[in-house]
Amino acid sequence: MSAKNKADEICKLPTPKRDTEWTLVWRHLRRNRLAMAGLIVLVLFLLIAIFAPLLTPHDPVITNLGNALAKPSSEHLLGTDWLGRDNLARILYGSRISLAIGLISVTIGMLIGVPIGALSGFYGGKFDLFIQRIIDILIAFPGILLAIVVVTVLGVGVENVMIAVGIASVPIYTRLVRGSVLAVKEQGYVAAAKALGIGDFRIIIRHIMPNCLGPIIVQSTFQIATAILWAAGLGFLGLGAQPPDPEWGAMLSKGREYIRTAHHLTTYPGLAILFMVLGFNLIGDGMRDALDPRSRKHR
Amino acid sequence: MYGYIIRRLLLAVPVLIGVSILVFAIIRFIPGDPARAIAGVNATPEYIEQVRRELLLDEGLHVQYYVYFTNLLQGDLGRSTFTRRPVTVELMERFPNTLVLSATAMIIASVIGLSAGIVSATRRYSMFDNISMLAALVGVAAPVFWLGVMFQILFSVNLGWLPSSGIGTWKHLILPALTLGLATAALIARITRSSMLEVLRQDYITTARSKGLIERVVTYKHALKNALIPVVTVMGLQFGTLLGGAVLTETVFSWPGIGRLMVDSILNRDYPVVQGAVLMLAVLFVLINLVVDIIYAFLDPRISYGNKEVE
Repeated sequence: MSAKNKADEICKLPTPKRDTEWTLVWRHLRRNRLAMAGLIVLVLFLLIAIFAPLLTPHDPVITNLGNALAKPSSEHLLGTDWLGRDNLARILYGSRISLAIGLISVTIGMLIGVPIGALSGFYGGKFDLFIQRIIDILIAFPGILLAIVVVTVLGVGVENVMIAVGIASVPIYTRLVRGSVLAVKEQGYVAAAKALGIGDFRIIIRHIMPNCLGPIIVQSTFQIATAILWAAGLGFLGLGAQPPDPEWGAMLSKGREYIRTAHHLTTYPGLAILFMVLGFNLIGDGMRDALDPRSRKHR
Repeated sequence: MYGYIIRRLLLAVPVLIGVSILVFAIIRFIPGDPARAIAGVNATPEYIEQVRRELLLDEGLHVQYYVYFTNLLQGDLGRSTFTRRPVTVELMERFPNTLVLSATAMIIASVIGLSAGIVSATRRYSMFDNISMLAALVGVAAPVFWLGVMFQILFSVNLGWLPSSGIGTWKHLILPALTLGLATAALIARITRSSMLEVLRQDYITTARSKGLIERVVTYKHALKNALIPVVTVMGLQFGTLLGGAVLTETVFSWPGIGRLMVDSILNRDYPVVQGAVLMLAVLFVLINLVVDIIYAFLDPRISYGNKEVE
């Protein structure tokens, strides 16, 4: 057999399957029962949000005063509210608002926070110092307060809540990515890329960011949960979604007036928030463990 | 150690100035005419003009900020456009209530969180561990305002044991403080558990056990002190979440604190009070973090030494 034929033969052999990092992560995640429970909860919420009109014959907005504050029955499984609207329909449609707020606000936070953090960590020096002092100031506003401040300026409404919660999560991403970049940029392959004359922008995108992806994904999962809680909080305070939008926080707030006669108006929207937040938190916990090589070894 | 404390105090100064700039900017960033927004929808043109003059809105931003900052240093935060009373008086009336609520909630959170975390770590995978960690997962995910309403339904409406809202006796404090503290308790429990488990794996614990020390001494004297370091950090950070949560809890229980004052003021477009309340909560948070950092340095001397080496 000539050398060329031999080479052809070798090329025809199936390449051995190599486990990529993400296959390992998924394999680890799949074995984590709590994380899988979280995933199932989230898939359910996603299906509910997409197929809400098929899941209930009732409209979430059209009122029927003749049937106001009805107790749960076969016609209205979770009762009706003060305007006779079906509580279950409003909760099902409400998942669209909460999921949208969670995903969009986190995207906003990421789009602003990640590049700032990456540049701050990569270039260091005075630029880094300046950015970090601004982040110090933003972090001085506890929890939901920064979102409240932004909504105060922008005005109430779902879109403004998304922006507000997004801005409030910017410092978290900036800090996180800066830290990861600082750790990665000292690696040999980054020095090699620099020595080859590759531009800073390309180094950040191609060589540094892929290595910061793990922490960003984990943080984002938790951050969506936090965003949903903050947005519901703003809705509860009357600063978020406005009537007649079926937003869970706002529904709960109005339902408070009827806790003596119709506690289904407060119990169920709250449970919906709880399960959605729990779903994201469980996945986040699972992802964190799966991406941590130390805990992978423990298993 | 003292050098570290002084350095940490100095670092807080620019942050506090930055916070004051951001709070100052709240009014100036309102879309449209800030004077009209502050004066209210039904204000006369004369009153709008008066507000514009009072806040120097026709002057340059640096002049406006200079005046705002010098007034702030003298304790003058302006007047409420709603009640026309000085903002400082409004805040001082409410501040003790927020402080009592947050401090009680933090105590509840620490007691429940630390004990659940320690017991869970020492009896890993026991029934108690499983139940308390499940409760912690739910506690972190439950919206604080929903928890508050559920407690009202259970303890006030159904059982009639505790008042559902208001302030006055110690009984009024129980439900709001419990509501506010539970989420933090859940987090403290989780961190304490994982931190304790980490420490219990260390060699010096094995040494302590092999010396024949009883398990209680090993747990509380050798393990707990080191396990507490990350817990203290989380507790400090959690105080911020707790202050944010106080805004919601105070609204649920009609608790007359800074948070509720802030929300009412936002809805009334009473911007000077909003500014004052936001400023107060942020400053409080910065000061708490300062104290936590100092406690942290006492617990772990490597921190202040580490800083010295960097110098």
